[in-house]
Amino acid sequence: MTAQTEIARIAGAVPDPELRVVTIGELGIVRGAELADGRVTVTITPTYSGCPAMDAIRDDIRAALAGAGFADVEVKTVLSPAWSTDMITESGWAALERTGIAAPGASGTPACPRCAHAHGGQPTPVLQISRYASTPCQSLWSCRSCLEPFNAIKKL
Amino acid sequence: MSELAERTEVELLALGDDALIAAQRLAEWVSRAPTLEEDVALANIALDQLGAARMLLATAGDEDELAYRRDDQGFRNCLLAELPLGPARGDLDFGWTMTWLLMLSAAQLLRYTDLAAGADEQAAGIGAKAVKESTYHLDHATQWMLRLGGGTEQSHRRVQEALDGLWPYGHELTEGIRDRWLALVEPVLAESGLTRPADRWRPDGGRAGRHTEHLSFLLAEMQSLHRAHPGAQW
Repeated sequence: MTAQTEIARIAGAVPDPELRVVTIGELGIVRGAELADGRVTVTITPTYSGCPAMDAIRDDIRAALAGAGFADVEVKTVLSPAWSTDMITESGWAALERTGIAAPGASGTPACPRCAHAHGGQPTPVLQISRYASTPCQSLWSCRSCLEPFNAIKKL
Repeated sequence: MSELAERTEVELLALGDDALIAAQRLAEWVSRAPTLEEDVALANIALDQLGAARMLLATAGDEDELAYRRDDQGFRNCLLAELPLGPARGDLDFGWTMTWLLMLSAAQLLRYTDLAAGADEQAAGIGAKAVKESTYHLDHATQWMLRLGGGTEQSHRRVQEALDGLWPYGHELTEGIRDRWLALVEPVLAESGLTRPADRWRPDGGRAGRHTEHLSFLLAEMQSLHRAHPGAQW
């Protein structure tokens, strides 16, 4: 494995500080990782512009790379192209769903992560409780079948 | 500095200050909203505004210097952004806040859309990012206007009073984008059963640094820590 690939792997494997079950690589936050003249540059993009996790993500990337022997690390932020939910990988969606966080759904209505598989793939009725939830990138829903609340990633 | 760069900087400062002051205003709702869900929603919208403000101001200059070290006359936000979220200073009125948010977010959506289509690459990136968030803010305000305008007699009366009170400040807010803004806002008012106020008084001056007394009070709170402990960090 080249050093460059190793750096990309380490940066991408950093868990998201707010959604610990997914990595920042799976969320599509890492845009690139380069090694030039002994200096590492990792490029990241925010999910939401006011995402308070960005500082923690920068620190976590530096710490992870320092642990692997890369001491000189710069973390750059780029905005363009703007992050979208389409940048979340398949394994990212799977990890989110296992935790009870639903995908936004093609029609804008998410499926209850508890009931999605229990009803032969037939979605249960859900109700939006709030367009905003515990992180800026999620909304709050309630399942009318199991009556449990759940979060869904907002389509962006 | 080229003409484009100069124009972009003026625009970044105006938009950045609108977002910063709006974020500070909205933060007044934290722990005081009518429901927990709404508390979270308003805090998130404030956070989006702060995020946009940071990106815009960091592009226009030093974000901390701009946010914490300017006096009221140095700010370029429109007057609407600094107004109290109720009829008088210290008031916190929910219908008033949603009317304010409808007017502000519709204008921000248009301004960010224009920024995203502009020639300055960095500014365009910010615009493209912020436009997605403004769409959510406008939708949130719209949903509440429909419920409050078409709700009880009291909710209708109070949101109409808010609209009458805030409408004059919409002129400065929408300079150059008035027709497109009206095309977004008027249908919401009509569907909410609200009367679109007549265009009369047109207070302005915010973009030139002439503000209402409300901004001074807001800044006194926002800047107090930084002024007492310059350069303080968490």
